[in-house]
Amino acid sequence: MTARVGIVVFPGSNCELDCERSFERLGASTEFVWHDDNTLPDVDIVVLPGGFAHGDYLRTGALARFSPIMHSVAEHAAAGKLLIGICNGFQVLCEAGLLPGALRKNEGLKFLCKWTELRVEVPGTPFTARAERGQLLRIPINHFEGNWYADPDTVARMRANHQIVLRYVKNPNGSLDGVAGISNERGNVLGLMPHPERACESLLGSEDGAVIIGSMLDHVMHMQPSPAGV
Amino acid sequence: MTNFKATVHVSLRSGIADPQGLTIERALPALGYTGVSGVRVGKLIEFGLDASDATEAESKVGEMCERLLANTVIESYTLSIVDESEDLAGRES
Amino acid sequence: MSETESLHRDLGLTDDEFQAICDRLGREPGYTELAMFSVMWSEHCSYKSSRVHLETLPTEGERILVGPGEGAGIIEVADGVAVAWKIESHNHPSFVEPFNGAATGVGGIVRDILSMGARPIALMDPLRFGPLEDARTRYLVDGVVHGISSYGNSIGVPTVGGETVFEECYAANPLVNVACLGVVDTKLMHGRAEVPGQVAILFGSSTGRDGIGGASVLASAEFDEDSLDKRPSVQVGDPFSEKLLIECSLELIRRELVASFQDLGAGGISCPTSEMTAKGGTGIRIDLDNVHRREPSMEPFEVMISESQERMLAVVESEDVEDVLGVCAKWGLEARVLGEITKTGRVEVVDRKTVVADVPSLALAEEGPVYERPIERPHWMAGINAAPAGDEAPEHYGRTFYEMVASPQIASKRWVWEQYDHMIFLGTVIGPGGDAAVIRLPGTETAVAITTDGPGRLCMLDPYEGARHAVAEAARNVAAVGARPAAITNCLNFGSPEGSGVMWQFSEVVRGIGDACRDLGTPVTGGNVSFYNETNGRPIYPTPVIGMLGIVGDPAVAVGIGFRDEGDAIVLLGTTELDDFGGSEYGKIVNDAIGGTPPNLDMGAERALHEVLIAGADAGLFNSAHDLSGGGLAVALAECAFASNRGFSVQIGGTEPHRTLYSESPSRAVVSCGQGLVDDVLALAGRHGIAAEVIGAVAADMCDFSVFATSLEEARSVWEGGLSGHLSARVE
Repeated sequence: MTARVGIVVFPGSNCELDCERSFERLGASTEFVWHDDNTLPDVDIVVLPGGFAHGDYLRTGALARFSPIMHSVAEHAAAGKLLIGICNGFQVLCEAGLLPGALRKNEGLKFLCKWTELRVEVPGTPFTARAERGQLLRIPINHFEGNWYADPDTVARMRANHQIVLRYVKNPNGSLDGVAGISNERGNVLGLMPHPERACESLLGSEDGAVIIGSMLDHVMHMQPSPAGV
Repeated sequence: MTNFKATVHVSLRSGIADPQGLTIERALPALGYTGVSGVRVGKLIEFGLDASDATEAESKVGEMCERLLANTVIESYTLSIVDESEDLAGRES
Repeated sequence: MSETESLHRDLGLTDDEFQAICDRLGREPGYTELAMFSVMWSEHCSYKSSRVHLETLPTEGERILVGPGEGAGIIEVADGVAVAWKIESHNHPSFVEPFNGAATGVGGIVRDILSMGARPIALMDPLRFGPLEDARTRYLVDGVVHGISSYGNSIGVPTVGGETVFEECYAANPLVNVACLGVVDTKLMHGRAEVPGQVAILFGSSTGRDGIGGASVLASAEFDEDSLDKRPSVQVGDPFSEKLLIECSLELIRRELVASFQDLGAGGISCPTSEMTAKGGTGIRIDLDNVHRREPSMEPFEVMISESQERMLAVVESEDVEDVLGVCAKWGLEARVLGEITKTGRVEVVDRKTVVADVPSLALAEEGPVYERPIERPHWMAGINAAPAGDEAPEHYGRTFYEMVASPQIASKRWVWEQYDHMIFLGTVIGPGGDAAVIRLPGTETAVAITTDGPGRLCMLDPYEGARHAVAEAARNVAAVGARPAAITNCLNFGSPEGSGVMWQFSEVVRGIGDACRDLGTPVTGGNVSFYNETNGRPIYPTPVIGMLGIVGDPAVAVGIGFRDEGDAIVLLGTTELDDFGGSEYGKIVNDAIGGTPPNLDMGAERALHEVLIAGADAGLFNSAHDLSGGGLAVALAECAFASNRGFSVQIGGTEPHRTLYSESPSRAVVSCGQGLVDDVLALAGRHGIAAEVIGAVAADMCDFSVFATSLEEARSVWEGGLSGHLSARVE
């Protein structure tokens, strides 16, 4: 039994192949889901990959939330199943209201592709179960709009509810409170700007992304009813 | 039906840092333009829209802004609706 | 004179060329025809000044599946794995409008690669600008880098390296070259329409008045007063459409719906329609009414030569048309039948049921003029070769070292490449900042190494020797990561070919590239010539940019430039001549001198060094390897240290240590290895006849040259700030 992962492909997605490779490397089976489809196949995890979903000329992720598949993605999340939005996927989740806040242009007004260090602030989530509290993960970022913002009340509520899951050790983009990744209240939806799928192989510089992806796969496997019914 | 010209101006909400605006605000004095303050950078979106009257046009455009044209978590917008035929008359005066 | 005859000169055609067109047609050309000839017979499309020289280049080899003349060269890098590799220039548009000029340059080369049936997987951007002290240059650098970043990142192709060079001669003529690597997806395609009855489908963006260059005078001749409205607009890139074009094209090929394929670039619709039919011995009847347009009331000639971006032409079986249109629709791309392949051998263009052009494909595509332009060695050569090379000793060694590493030429280019997505596709084993990028090809364990090099200053001092250096250094870069040099693509950037001095430089550069490529066994798979890079009669340095491709057996053995372990031995490979300062960085930066002659380059020694580097990498002997180039040994050691934050301690002797530190003798590299492997490294070098000397060891936190020493941290921050200090407008 392997975890089944659906990777949603918008016309301008460009990290879907990398997600496929890294999720499969860690033991999942994956399939692509075209944004224009109305229903998700039977999957345990949904991934919204990085890219420029619909060109993102108006605003990153602004149009993607209206893609037909998004209704089914929201239902998947509402059912408590795992949903992760990486980079552009995070932007889409915020636009779609599945995660709080919004992503602004980087403070330095430059696109940034670089390695960053992330601190795991909330271990034990379905996305961080393989990590210790405070563990540092070396995972690259690759974005122009990664500067997360939410109003103070929202941020306070999120802190209290342990939704600020990942922070940059050194804030690269001006993101409020150094936020790199956040979850929804229920904890089954994660959005993050860094690309864990780019950090799953030592040849490419780091295997720390496997902590996040591997945690998700573990979570799915633990949720499976034991075949012996024990 | 009347064809209206809709103009939507989207900018970052006040209180949210606008690095593009700041950059311009710093560059202008360097070129000798003193006394510049409060620079904000935004987007201008224009389009034609058929509606029965200005009120309907305005409410449609307001809805578009809320749903798509602006992200109200970080952006605010203003909109204006002009009846194209009246606009022509107005321009001549 | 007839109307068209009076126009040809404004279109850039000479009287003789106009006469040749009339002779070939047996009549005077019409407006649309003249416009088509003007673009197809332009220097850019016809290579009329360069062809006689380019024909002398070696283009064949065991691994070369497709040489020059198609969209891109194709090289077999492993059994059943073929890559496309090509370089282009977008110099002039980038000077006018840096953001869109650079962005559309990326788009153009990507479509070249795509036209071969290859998925674009890596870009490199060799850039040359004037000095950063000039505000216009800073604007250009910012715009060009942003344009490349915006376009390349959006289409999801990593930009894995390049060069950023600053030199006075490029101030009014910046060079924006761009190279692209692709991997053949399912089937190698070609741009040949061989079967009459097949159908040509134009798909992608709509056609507007973008980039109608010289031909716009046709319009202004008609509409003098309104000519502002008809001014050619700058080409604007739409990376989202390009991304769709990539995916759509690859799907069409995978589903075997396409017989042949070509992208639209310079020359617009005129180019692929005439070239594909000329190559295939067929003709085409084009119905212009079927061209999806962005603007109303475009003239037929405008539609035929518009250079609107993000368009492709596919030739398909007529029964597949519906399926092809369906695939295009899935990707949200407009697609329409442009015309039918015919037996006539002619390009016939019909606009609103009227034939507006009817000319032989061959005349447009292959029978353009060929010139053997006058060649003369410029009189100033003797003077510059006799001028001082600037090899005087520094007043203060430490300060001079900082001056070197802080100069934008040598300083860290992180400010540039951090704006590029250089990691997508999970193939970037070695990314920007190294000698060469190492790219693992998707779905394989095969990797290639790619790099670009274009030592303009050396080529100015001696174009033949400078060109040999360009090829040798590019090959050395590739060998330094452990790859075997396999093939080159070249972008030849020059002044006006109508100047005999420039033409002499061109012929010497081509001769130098040819000899070097024969010596190193790296055939030329194609490339691009960019002439007319001159302003007010002052041409740029002759600047051949060599894009070298090497093959890495196993990406895991690729060697980076950064020192690894404290205590490792540092070995200098190759022989240092103490007076190799002609055209050197030291001469220019420290003594403000540009003169002398390029260092002597012995290709036998060069090849031997490559063998040592490749064998050492294969055997896992090296913990780091870095070739020596601009700034010599001192700069190379510093770069190894900065890359990994490990310092060094080396013994530099001699009565004039600056010569050992900064001389730029070629065919050298510095490697580091565990102390237990020193004997193996020395023995390996000895077997290949390469001098090898242990000069010191990797140390903690100092750059210790024995004659002087600096803290690693301070030196590194000076190096990191050398370029970004000029450019950053960071808001705190």
